[in-house]
Amino acid sequence: MTQGIYHIVENKKLAHLTYRLILRGDTAALTAPGQFVNVRLEGAFLRRPLSVCDYDTNSITLIYKVIGEGTAAMSRKQAGETLDLLVGLGNGFDTTRSGEMPLLIGGGVGIPPLYRLCKELLAEGKKVSIILGFNTQREVFYEEEFRALGASVFVTTTDGSHGTRGVVTEAMKGLAYSYFYTCGPLPMFRAIEQVARTGGQFSFEEHMACGFGACMGCTCATKYGDKRICRDGPVLCREEIVW
Amino acid sequence: MVNTKVILSGWELDNPVIGASGTFGFGAEFAQLYDINCLGTFSFKGTTRDKRFGNPTPRVAECPAGMLNAVGLQNPGVAEVIATELPKIKQYFHKRVIANVSGFSIEEYRACCALLDREEQVGMIELNISCPNVKHGGMSFGTTPESAAEVTAAVRAVVKKPLYVKLSPNVTDIVSIAKACEAAGADGISLINTLLGMRIDRRTRKPVLANRMGGLSGPAIFPVAVRMVYQVYEAVSIPLIGMGGVSSAGDVLEMMLAGATAVQVGTANLIDPYVCRDIVQALPAEMARYGIHTLQDMIGGAHHG
Repeated sequence: MTQGIYHIVENKKLAHLTYRLILRGDTAALTAPGQFVNVRLEGAFLRRPLSVCDYDTNSITLIYKVIGEGTAAMSRKQAGETLDLLVGLGNGFDTTRSGEMPLLIGGGVGIPPLYRLCKELLAEGKKVSIILGFNTQREVFYEEEFRALGASVFVTTTDGSHGTRGVVTEAMKGLAYSYFYTCGPLPMFRAIEQVARTGGQFSFEEHMACGFGACMGCTCATKYGDKRICRDGPVLCREEIVW
Repeated sequence: MVNTKVILSGWELDNPVIGASGTFGFGAEFAQLYDINCLGTFSFKGTTRDKRFGNPTPRVAECPAGMLNAVGLQNPGVAEVIATELPKIKQYFHKRVIANVSGFSIEEYRACCALLDREEQVGMIELNISCPNVKHGGMSFGTTPESAAEVTAAVRAVVKKPLYVKLSPNVTDIVSIAKACEAAGADGISLINTLLGMRIDRRTRKPVLANRMGGLSGPAIFPVAVRMVYQVYEAVSIPLIGMGGVSSAGDVLEMMLAGATAVQVGTANLIDPYVCRDIVQALPAEMARYGIHTLQDMIGGAHHG
């Protein structure tokens, strides 16, 4: 983990309440897809944890949804301003277990960390499919970006306004896959757990204070002992999760 | 050259800055970021006789100048702390540490403290009788002078190292409790623990914390902590460790002027993981700014004249 001041290159609206923030600064602490950063914002006492969508040697891309006052303040930040970040938090996804045909399943604002994961799996020569689940059309983002990477993309919306009507587990039924990776809301996780036919990894969300394992605010029980979502997660393997 | 050394019950600290229990783990997360030997010392995660998972999540919430936590004393249990955590600490921290102990019965406090008292790496025991986040135990020992005295005396009988009792601010008269602890054999007082608070989610109409209530910490409680340290300093003759919202070298000096011999930095670590190091580095210049040469000499300075 490192702490640093990052310069905003872009803070752009992608979809309803959904923004993409591109930051310039040191990314050496990022070592795996699915890690996150903890952002300090004026007016908010605790930092805001946000998953990393993508990064290169000197920039980080974050996609976030405006949920409360903290993220609303963040959406008003302009290019040229700076943000104080803790970078390189959490374990991230383990790509070594993917098999040849991994399936990625993202729900809403859980989709961003799957972008970097998708890139890395494709670079490893894997045949990647991804299901992007949204509530409605105006929330849809990154469908074309995932296609441009070379993944097979399936979009579902709950109200049927874009892609296939229904939830992500409907789209899972017809697909062959060797392993799965998912990030999204807990009800979606529970549904996936019911229908998935292989091993997989789930990236969890929890209220946290520090983000680096000191406060014990985000602990959950697993079959392999108590784990801090921020430090020992956010990614947990299917076999260890206590539902 | 300024002198930042302070003496806490015969234990000379290089400076008064101490990482506070519950925000500093067993030091490992911070030792990966900077050399924590720059600290006076740190107080490790509240330890109980038996391993504890703690409360369900959400366990944290925020407010404009602080946060609530209801972690509920998650810890691996005293046997594991001695077998695993203390040897790990030895690899990155070469000073003695403060062993923070909590419990649910007097017998449990005694058993846990007696074990830690034998450990060479432990410089003192900090008896936490003020955790607001557990039922039956924790804070219930710290809310009357009689129960505080009873647990202090019981632990005193089995502990040779300096014994500091960490008090709760969630009481009508903290001074009477501090005096009772002193009379029962405490070597010093740590104050304050968190203030009981609550947040409600306006959308779901439910408490944010699964435990409903939690302990308020951070800059919001600093003036309360300064006031209580000031009051207790006037009433007892044993040293005080002041804590509660301390976030800067200036806060450290203010807490010492109120009467603290050493100062713990807690919640600030969670926002800025380097804050303890930065406070230690800033302290000499901050002392010079106010014409302070020897830190030990300014303790309780707000009480004179």
